[in-house]
Amino acid sequence: MSTSILYIIVLSLLFLSFLKDRSKTKKALKKALKSIQKNLSMMITVMMFMGVILTVIDPQFISMIFGKESGIYGVLLGLGIGSVSFMPSFIAFPLGANLLESGAGYPQVAGFISSLMGVGFISFGMESKYFGTKVALMRNLLALLASIVFAAAVGGLL
Amino acid sequence: MIGFVSKHKWAFIALLSLMMLYMFEPSKGIQATQSTLSNFKSVGMILPPIFVLIGLLDTWVPREVMVKFMGNRSGFVGGMIAVLLGAMGAGPLYVAFPIAAILIKKGARLAYVFLFLSAWVSVKLPIFMYEWASFGGRFTLLHVISSLMIYSIGSFMMERFLSLETKTMIEDRAETLSA
Repeated sequence: MSTSILYIIVLSLLFLSFLKDRSKTKKALKKALKSIQKNLSMMITVMMFMGVILTVIDPQFISMIFGKESGIYGVLLGLGIGSVSFMPSFIAFPLGANLLESGAGYPQVAGFISSLMGVGFISFGMESKYFGTKVALMRNLLALLASIVFAAAVGGLL
Repeated sequence: MIGFVSKHKWAFIALLSLMMLYMFEPSKGIQATQSTLSNFKSVGMILPPIFVLIGLLDTWVPREVMVKFMGNRSGFVGGMIAVLLGAMGAGPLYVAFPIAAILIKKGARLAYVFLFLSAWVSVKLPIFMYEWASFGGRFTLLHVISSLMIYSIGSFMMERFLSLETKTMIEDRAETLSA
């Protein structure tokens, strides 16, 4: 759904650009092609690692870990697993909802979901290529902190 | 050949780990390959429009405009734009890196670029309703509010911690990676 909206927006912009200035549009497309080339190897790497990690840490494994009385350890585990694994939200959300149904607590799932989206252990290499190791490290730690705060807030308020 | 391998060494390591998994546990190897391929498919769909958008941004938006709206003196407006841009983002975090690079190249303030990345991973409009449906309204609102708070403060702190050299290094990299 959101992908088709993205296509509609970008295609209309491209069309507008083409109407206004053909040579500029050509330049823009050339740049697009060039940056795809520059990023492709890094992105393919991340996707392959993702495939491997998602297989080792699969949904069944995760459900096993978030037992009913996992408590604070469950939260920590959730944060840890969320940080090293990486999955698109259309897989992560139903998984989280399933975990809740099968008896996991809200704080555990909150820490898991938030670190899953924000802390990118697998894409760390690519991130440091863009911003340097220091910034990549800081941003990931910040995301981990935000996940801890969110898990704590859910634990206290829900 | 050696240059090619060393340039893409992580890709080869990833490929190697995929093959190792296949050798030791074929069924898991097949599963991992399938999941990698399905990643290719879903992310491959988002990449062309995102990169065309980057290309259009690069050719049509002059540096002065970016500086005005997201530069050092853009104030609250700059922060809002960063959050909105991030919230509209579709796709995993690593898709946002090239976009962040073009923002930096055009003169956006670093704190706002960090804020953009943070919004990308926490406040996602395209899947907001989906999160609401999966976890309920209170969970989703808590997620958005607590993330925005921590990330706003954190983005400015990150910028403060960086030395001038690091900032210049980031700008140089953004320049070469999105040239």
